[in-house]
Amino acid sequence: MQICKTIPLTTLAVLALAMGFTMCKVDPKIVPTLPVNDIKEIIPEGWPQPVYRFERNPLTEKGFALGRELFYDPILSKDNTISCGTCHQQFVAFANADHALSHGIDGKFGTRNSPGLFNLTWHPSFMHDGGVNHIENQPLAPVENPVEMDEKMANVIAKLQSSAKYRRLFNDAFGSEEVNYQRFAFAFTQFMGMMYSYNSKYDAVKRKEGTSAFNASEQKGYDLFIAKCNSCHKEPLFSDFSFRNNGLSVNPNLKDSGRAHITLNPLDIYKFKVPSLRNIALTRPYMHDGRFETLEECLNHYTSGVTNLLNLDPQLQNGISLSDQDKQDIIAFLKTLTDYKFLFDKKFADPNGQ
Amino acid sequence: MKKIFILFSILSFTAFVACKKEEKAPVTTPSPSPTPAGGSVNLEFANMVGNQPLVFNTGYKVMGGDSFRVTKFNYYITNVKLIKDDNSIYSEPNSYHLLEHSNPASTLINLANVPTGSYKSVSFQLGVDSALNVSGAKPGDLDPINGMFWSWNSGYIMLKFEGSSPVSTASNKGLVFHVGGFSGVNKVQRTITINLGSTTANVNNSTPKIKVSADAMDLFVAPNAISFATLNTVHMPGTNAKLIADNYANMFSLISVTN
Repeated sequence: MQICKTIPLTTLAVLALAMGFTMCKVDPKIVPTLPVNDIKEIIPEGWPQPVYRFERNPLTEKGFALGRELFYDPILSKDNTISCGTCHQQFVAFANADHALSHGIDGKFGTRNSPGLFNLTWHPSFMHDGGVNHIENQPLAPVENPVEMDEKMANVIAKLQSSAKYRRLFNDAFGSEEVNYQRFAFAFTQFMGMMYSYNSKYDAVKRKEGTSAFNASEQKGYDLFIAKCNSCHKEPLFSDFSFRNNGLSVNPNLKDSGRAHITLNPLDIYKFKVPSLRNIALTRPYMHDGRFETLEECLNHYTSGVTNLLNLDPQLQNGISLSDQDKQDIIAFLKTLTDYKFLFDKKFADPNGQ
Repeated sequence: MKKIFILFSILSFTAFVACKKEEKAPVTTPSPSPTPAGGSVNLEFANMVGNQPLVFNTGYKVMGGDSFRVTKFNYYITNVKLIKDDNSIYSEPNSYHLLEHSNPASTLINLANVPTGSYKSVSFQLGVDSALNVSGAKPGDLDPINGMFWSWNSGYIMLKFEGSSPVSTASNKGLVFHVGGFSGVNKVQRTITINLGSTTANVNNSTPKIKVSADAMDLFVAPNAISFATLNTVHMPGTNAKLIADNYANMFSLISVTN
């Protein structure tokens, strides 16, 4: 167990080094030409139709580039200190490395763990409680949350309108210098919506690319996963995007009722949105409140930690039965869901990054 | 002569370039107009408290009940329709209006291209259609930056009343009624129909004005009598929002029709 615990750390260390190396190669004075010539909708073979299409928001390089600027600009926060990229970091699949709960301005703490961001156009709702019902209105939530960016979107629009840089970028993207929320949302959605993650080892194996194959442990883990996990973490997106109580005890400091906070339905108390497991080896800490540091802890929860407070998912009434070896095999499989191409795709990096 | 020719060529080329964008516009072919030439109707909302015009930060008293002051009063009027004597209906296209008491211009709705005729009633919805609550970012009156959209729980705030009352148990004796909810049991959109009575609105070459009272006091009277000591804060969909919604269904009444 001890050895296994070190594996994710090692992986992270290697990644961090690789990131550092990649960054060092770029002369900060040189603005690289953005590799944004592949801005187009992708529906990988065998995947369902996305929920969000770009019909009324046609994808353009300029729209994407504007969205990318906005994502990384702290101008979105009240005191201009925090950007979306602060809590959504590309090297951990746009989750927040090492942060159980997100940090807002003035050192304020949120109540939930910052999730990874990818394949967002398939999501029917956003946030752990599904409170946001449309990708275009998602930016409002962190911007206006008092413990996140604590800004009013009307002020953000005013700040952008008074910026010569953004008037130019909005003109480039939309044909005039007018800044309004719909344009902001369209550009944002273009950037966020292009965050496709479909090039993990798992995907290569499924597509029978070259000599790609699971090793014995990964294969066993995959078979176990299909038998015991896939009903909620449904492939190929590795979530069915439903709301479920997976038997976590209630954090007495947070007292988070989850989905019921939105619906007020007692049957939704303690239910949270099923997260995708793509890139899961990187997006620790885990669960909606970041209570688990490792994948081992997550699996131990399902085998022996499930508590039945209220509305426990019927499939977890008796937990999930897994041997120690099963757990190691499942973890080996879960690591095949890491998409390195996505993690290092420069078109998602901070355009003004060091 | 040659110089003039060159200058002329440059000018015409410039003109051509300048016009290029417009050339792309779809060519409109003149078609016979089926509707007879109409006119317009002004639908004016007068915000009141009882029989006095609403003035912010003025003390009022709910009939036989609590006293209160108002600091904000906004609501959405949508799906405006005019019903003719023969029951045919004029529906305003793209009918979404945010009425803000702080912005008097917003309380006047001009209905354009109304077919000629005599109209006996007006109907409208308080609240934004459900479909528009789930279909992403909208411009204009539906822009979320107007402060009438919940960022954490997507959906429009259909009516926003803020103020204070000495009996309120909230901090600063505040009154906060943000009424929303667009789906299932939480729906708070209400359709209101107002009969114009003996004076119909006659659309011909004139612009009739229909003046309607929106009585903020009615938010708290019937059918659900609200005591500010027990209910002073509504900021999400649900049972309490619906209490107010059932009341605002009775908030509007006719003041006058001027032809």
